[in-house]
Amino acid sequence: MILKPVKQDLKVIGYYLGKIILGLAFTMAIPILAGLFFNEINPVLDFVTGMEISILVGFLLIRICHTEKDPNWMQGMIVVSLSWFVAMVLGAIPLYLSGHWASFLDACFDSMSGFATTGLSLVQNLDHMSYTHNLWRHLIMFLGGQGIVVIALSFFMRGFSGAFKMYVGEARDEKIMPNVIHTSRFIWLVSIVYLVLGTVTLGITGIFNGMKPVNSFFHGACVFMAAFDTGGFSPQSQSILYYHSSVYEIITVVFMVLGAFNFRLHYHLWMGNRREIFKNIETRTFFVTILVTFSIVAIGLVQIGSYPSAPGLFRKGFYQLISGHTGTGFQTVYPQQFLLNWNPLALTGLIMAMALGGAVCSTTGASKMLRVGIICKAIKEDIKKIIMPGRSMVIEKFHHIKEVFLDDKVVRSALIITLFYIILYGLGALVGMFYGNPFLESLFESTSAAANVGLSCGITNTAMPVALKITYILQMWAGRLEFMSVFTILGFLYAAIKGK
Amino acid sequence: MLKGVIFIILFIVVCPGILLSDPIGSNDLIKNDKQYDGKLVTYAGEAIGDTMNRGKFTWVNINDGDNAIGVLMDSALAKEINITGGYKSRGDNVEVSGIFHSACIEHGGDLDIHAQAIRKVSSGRIINQRLNIDKKNLSLILLLIIFLTWILTLFKKS
Repeated sequence: MILKPVKQDLKVIGYYLGKIILGLAFTMAIPILAGLFFNEINPVLDFVTGMEISILVGFLLIRICHTEKDPNWMQGMIVVSLSWFVAMVLGAIPLYLSGHWASFLDACFDSMSGFATTGLSLVQNLDHMSYTHNLWRHLIMFLGGQGIVVIALSFFMRGFSGAFKMYVGEARDEKIMPNVIHTSRFIWLVSIVYLVLGTVTLGITGIFNGMKPVNSFFHGACVFMAAFDTGGFSPQSQSILYYHSSVYEIITVVFMVLGAFNFRLHYHLWMGNRREIFKNIETRTFFVTILVTFSIVAIGLVQIGSYPSAPGLFRKGFYQLISGHTGTGFQTVYPQQFLLNWNPLALTGLIMAMALGGAVCSTTGASKMLRVGIICKAIKEDIKKIIMPGRSMVIEKFHHIKEVFLDDKVVRSALIITLFYIILYGLGALVGMFYGNPFLESLFESTSAAANVGLSCGITNTAMPVALKITYILQMWAGRLEFMSVFTILGFLYAAIKGK
Repeated sequence: MLKGVIFIILFIVVCPGILLSDPIGSNDLIKNDKQYDGKLVTYAGEAIGDTMNRGKFTWVNINDGDNAIGVLMDSALAKEINITGGYKSRGDNVEVSGIFHSACIEHGGDLDIHAQAIRKVSSGRIINQRLNIDKKNLSLILLLIIFLTWILTLFKKS
């Protein structure tokens, strides 16, 4: 028998949702301060309005739903699931007020794209956007990359037993430290240290490239946030092509790869355990999949002859590949060029890279390296079982921080999540084709949205059908949360209607 | 004297060909990049962002309303550009003629234009930002609502 949710369920969900919204409201103080620094008064007012609405909603939810109870698994998952939708709507308010988005839905699209670290965008006239709004576009990637709940756990909540349930709901099933709040704070520490390093490195490079110092450091901070959080927004409409600099491209590749690493791996590297990077199944799988997918892309590009010089082929092919594989979405080619200058083989290699993604407990989306590695190990184990004598015991292990035996439960979990991702990519492609787009383009854009990548071959634009915009929003959301909390909310809604 | 006459004749004959041919839109250039590759094209739009001086040459990104394309020009030519577009400014509108590359061998396969000549079509301007009264009023009303809600909850508590 399915039980109908009771008032207490709604109170717990509302109370913790309110707390997360309040946390989000306070993050809007950062663009407000930036706006005051740059003397952009109207953009500041957009964020004051956004902050006030967020405070009001958060405050009312906390007051109305006040409870002393900790959330259970179901409630925790629903809080996470809903908080991403609420963050999308509230985060879209200042964007929409800027006048750079044609509709509130378009602003919501970019807001979800930012929080989910995707990078697909419907913004208009980006080259004339204020520093304040541009900072917010990149900041939401930084916040979303670490996790909206992680922000709340780190800064706005005291320890409570339900914290882990919400942490897991945000697609982070790995604890770095025994306590999730300490884990969340460590994730922030790593990110902020890299933020300072990244901003300085890119800022100085920008100055050497001829940019004005203020612009250079502003772009440095924004591009770092988008690279490390594998987001893919950029301050200018040309993405990374704006900088005309191979050094800038190399630095962003380094940060994209660092962002695609597991935070647990970062922790071990920080603790001096540098051998972990060579032994870990995720980094090994990442290395192999880059080699394989880049080979496919390179063969495709050589066949079509779009880039006659080897450096050109490497800079275009490898950069888009790393951008796609890490789930970032920076581009050094125009969207239309994917269709004109990349043949189906090269595009397929790129789609494969996008579909695979980076490490678990990182800021990337998609199926992820740990699962891909586990599936490959399981296949290897099965082949061994076939070719070995009948009575032989085949035991397969993998190294992920420690030695782990490959058991059926781990393989099943990896296969199920990977299967859901494949279904999600396929469903989005079907909707794309329904609206008249060819198969490969539809699959490219759908995979980019669901795997939180952000590379575009041109389907994503303000003129695309509303249903397709909503499809991509849902894909970005489901892809970022890795299904668990999405299924919980669907189950909750079903129980609310059919339960007794 | 003779050199001067030859220069004037050359200027009259060549310049209209370079500067006054119809500009090609960025969408057209990108979609038909192989057709225009290595050819002299005229491209017009607003100079945006930073003019990135790299010594002898300078990169300027020019946006024609659809896309921005990177234009590499002699740093002396780049001095024509005084204002570039951003939030607080509308950049100079310029027309450049130069060699179009669909995948520039010199610049890592970038789609770019190596400018030979530049003409300022219209000067940019600084945009004075005025306080938007509606935005100000909305934020004040919301502040009042938050304050009243807070007071109400205090009463309810007591």
